[in-house]
Amino acid sequence: MSQAIQAAKAVALSPARPGDRPMWRSGLYAAASWSAAAIVTKALPDVIPFGSSDLFAVLVGAGAAAFAVLAFLSPRAGRLRETLDYYGPWFIAIGVWLTLWEFSTAKTGWLPKPFFSAPPGLLHVYVTDWQRLLICIGYSLRLWGLGFSLGATIGYVLGVALGWSKSFSYWGMPILKLIGPVPATAWIPVTFYFFPTTFDASVFIVALASGIPVMILTSSGVASVNRAYYDVGRNLGARPWYLISRIAIQAALPHTFVGLFMGLYYSFAVLVVAEILGAKYGLGWYIQFETNYSGYANVYATLIIMSLICAGLVKLLFVARDRLLSWQEGFI
Amino acid sequence: MVARGAALQAADRHQAQSVTVDIRGVSHSFALRGSELPVLDSINLRVVAGEFVAFLGPSGCGKSTLLRLVSGLEQPTQGAITADDEVIDRPDPSRILMFQDPTLFPWTTVWRNAATGLAARGVLDRQRSRVDDALKLVGLTAFAEAYPHQLSGGMAQRAALARALVNDPALLLLDEPLAKLDSLTRLALQGELVSLWREKGFTTILVTHDVEEAVVLASRVIVLSERPAHIKTEFAVDLPYPRHRDNPELVGLRRQILGTLGLET
Repeated sequence: MSQAIQAAKAVALSPARPGDRPMWRSGLYAAASWSAAAIVTKALPDVIPFGSSDLFAVLVGAGAAAFAVLAFLSPRAGRLRETLDYYGPWFIAIGVWLTLWEFSTAKTGWLPKPFFSAPPGLLHVYVTDWQRLLICIGYSLRLWGLGFSLGATIGYVLGVALGWSKSFSYWGMPILKLIGPVPATAWIPVTFYFFPTTFDASVFIVALASGIPVMILTSSGVASVNRAYYDVGRNLGARPWYLISRIAIQAALPHTFVGLFMGLYYSFAVLVVAEILGAKYGLGWYIQFETNYSGYANVYATLIIMSLICAGLVKLLFVARDRLLSWQEGFI
Repeated sequence: MVARGAALQAADRHQAQSVTVDIRGVSHSFALRGSELPVLDSINLRVVAGEFVAFLGPSGCGKSTLLRLVSGLEQPTQGAITADDEVIDRPDPSRILMFQDPTLFPWTTVWRNAATGLAARGVLDRQRSRVDDALKLVGLTAFAEAYPHQLSGGMAQRAALARALVNDPALLLLDEPLAKLDSLTRLALQGELVSLWREKGFTTILVTHDVEEAVVLASRVIVLSERPAHIKTEFAVDLPYPRHRDNPELVGLRRQILGTLGLET
């Protein structure tokens, strides 16, 4: 008797037998929560109608089906399986979130138009206005790309100079300390005067927002390089240029990357404002335009695009950092 | 400029050589919040070409400062130091200073670190084999592509030694390079230093706290006083290499030196 109980316990406690693939349980729950979103959208009557609700139900339903299939296939241990296991709780939560969101807006009207939009409302924006949004994405990326690369480059060069040269730092540091805390957008009136076109002015604002953190962090990085590295360099016959380019800049790189990350976030934050300056297109301009017409669904839809782009760029920067800083202890 | 050029050429000709160092009436002090902190007090010493001299002294007495002055990284407040009768007024790859810390550049490989001197002087492309030779000499060939943080303390100090040897220094200045290593690694590296010195023949000045290390390695031991340091006494160590630590003469000498440092054994 007791033997049987022990055997039963052993079976219950033992991990999956070799060759057996444990069930991806989160997948089932995610399928359930996403189905709930689809059913709520399709079965309950709309109190407030938002376009594209059929399409939304189909997409969410397809998502649920995909989760169900993955749960039944339950892939073997590996990269895909790790990802599924890791993000499982998030997949479930997103389904729950979509259900509640749809329920509290379209189905009950607790969160009313125009301030709130249901998920199909956002989808409707993408479906109906995708061409204009694509153009806006292109314009924004052009403005951001120019501004960020200019700002980061100039900020980097000035940061190295500030960190390296005593006389440069004597004059530059106080100015940087004064200018640094001023929000980039505060320069708008001046930029109108100095720049021939509003586009140039916008580039300047974005460049300023991204350049200042890069400059501050790079200069502090260069200034805090272990002096013994320079002794080694000088002892081995290095000229000042070698000390700067091969020692100071390398040693300061971890700091520079912190500056680049900060600059990336700041530049995105000012992008919206920079595009108010008489821009014709751009995500910031689009947000501004739609806000004026209470098109909040469009605003939310655009904000999602912006966050995705920003997250993607951050990811790219992480990849670059991991490559360049692989030498750091505990990094690889 | 001419002197520098000549020294560079000599270093790049790939031939070991040694140099006679003259320390003539050298005093040095640091500016410390407006007041002067004297560190060295009229040091006079001649280190003959090919000699291995060890400086012993209480910590903080200015031994390291003296090495920095000899390397040319700093200039003495008074007096002069010459290498083969040429005043040392700047650092030069023909005299290499090695520190307690290996101070390898963490962002690049052991090979690149060892190549620093050649790269800094723009001659690396023509002399890549010298880097390989130096790494072989210190036994790090297999770790050429490793990064400094992957090395043990002893291996890192070996890499620093390779970085020095690549330049074929005529003068090797060792600032307690073995102080931070575990005792086994330290013993092994002491042996390697001696055989390198005997093979290459460069002049060597070692600063250390370790009396045994000084008498095992050096042909002459200079004992310095408290700060501001002056030369208290010196001991010749007339014993053939390789030396054995248990040699009664060495043990006696060690006790004698500890006595002058105010430590009874």
